[in-house]
Amino acid sequence: ESNLGRRKEGGKEEKGVARVGNMSSVGTGYDLSASTFSPDGRVFQINYALKAVENSSTSVALRVKDGVILGAEKLVISKMISPESGRRVHMVDHGIGVAISGFVADARQLVARCQEEAFSYRDIFGSTIPVRVLAQRMANYMQVYTLYSYVRPFGASILIAGVDEENHQPQVFQVEPTGITVGCFGAAIGKGRQSAKTEMEKLDLANLTCEEAVKELAKIIHTIHDDIKDKNFILELGWVSPQSNYKYERVPRELVAQAEKAAKEALGDLSDMEEEDI
Amino acid sequence: MEMPTEKRYPIVMRDIEEDWRNAEHSMGTSIMAVQFDSGVVVAADSRTSMGAYVSNRVSDKLTPVHERIYCCRSGSAAHTQFVADIVKYYLELHSLELNTLPTVLSAAQLFKTVCYRNKNNLTAGIIVGGWDPVHGGSVYSIPLGGVLVRQPFAIGGSGSTFIYGYCDANYKENMTKEEAVAFCRNALSLAMARDGSSGGVIRTAVITKDGVEREMLPGNELPTFFEQ
Repeated sequence: ESNLGRRKEGGKEEKGVARVGNMSSVGTGYDLSASTFSPDGRVFQINYALKAVENSSTSVALRVKDGVILGAEKLVISKMISPESGRRVHMVDHGIGVAISGFVADARQLVARCQEEAFSYRDIFGSTIPVRVLAQRMANYMQVYTLYSYVRPFGASILIAGVDEENHQPQVFQVEPTGITVGCFGAAIGKGRQSAKTEMEKLDLANLTCEEAVKELAKIIHTIHDDIKDKNFILELGWVSPQSNYKYERVPRELVAQAEKAAKEALGDLSDMEEEDI
Repeated sequence: MEMPTEKRYPIVMRDIEEDWRNAEHSMGTSIMAVQFDSGVVVAADSRTSMGAYVSNRVSDKLTPVHERIYCCRSGSAAHTQFVADIVKYYLELHSLELNTLPTVLSAAQLFKTVCYRNKNNLTAGIIVGGWDPVHGGSVYSIPLGGVLVRQPFAIGGSGSTFIYGYCDANYKENMTKEEAVAFCRNALSLAMARDGSSGGVIRTAVITKDGVEREMLPGNELPTFFEQ
């Protein structure tokens, strides 16, 4: 990151920016708490929270013809760590899943809140929470932490994906630390999001089936994975599809294996060779 | 040994009848709701009694809680009005968050929660009937304890005890609007004839996707049967 240089806005320097060697821009004096605006109308703490998400590993969600797919690139820091731990894709309700990027600890709190909201909605109103309602409630929740000096914003973004019970419409929403939620056909968060979005735009999402989309998503994540900077990763996949009876489930292992194999073949992946001495 | 008794002579009318001067407003009531092919009919009598005195002979027991969702109230008039106001409030907030019409199920669930959580302090028997875009017409019954049950048709109130047989014998699935309204009017008329706490006019509300049609059948135009 130290080689990234200063961030510029429309070619001009940001106000209140101090040049400190090669470090990225800082808002001198206006960035110490979330309750302070800068002269150009920013709350820097929120920007910094978004940075935390940008520096973490990627999560992607796709809304396709008959369901939704969630995927995450789970970086393996050490072979000693159990592959099941550090879950990035969670079930929040019977038909809704959530993928996380950013500070995992912050994100876990958000997942727990999603689960509470979904449960309490069902308890009060007797039916499944619509995905758009859950997304808006999470956005409202995250926004609260951008108001005060004695708390900091969440350092995590989430992708909420599910199929609405009322009209069987698949929905994907991205919720950011800013407190904004956006409905998407394809969403990506984390360090590889730009490349992921480029890949997603090539797809005709509205006409893909879930099975096809699993393969596409595996290919996207394998494409954006940075082999040099990050070593191994585990591909976590979840879906809400006709094959899962429109319930949130982890994509079946055979399908994941097939998808990963197809992805590696498509990329001409020779990572098997890494193990050998050259 | 003589058993102690509460009251000795003289026995006056006051001891036998509830004194209406101090009695609670109760809606003795006959209410019902019926699901038909394109919606729901809710219907009720119009008598509110304080003991033996009829305090309101033209009351409206059919209360809207949302555009296409009505409730029929029986039991204590005060309790049911209060509960209906609470549900109306929460249902409005809910429909703003949803940005669509709320489901009849969500209204029924709200009624149930209030009635169940406050069961020790409430006397409220409620029937919820309405139309929503997700499930079409539906009828839910929430009797005294706060149980929630969906039914094709529901009857309630003190007068309903007299018409269980009639309703079971004459209900058909997928009735037309006219058949459903006639079914309600006949059933309530029979109930009102036998139940001293029910009477007055028969109010009906027909709820479909196109809206709500309210009608009132005056006492002298009620369908008559054997002994009338």
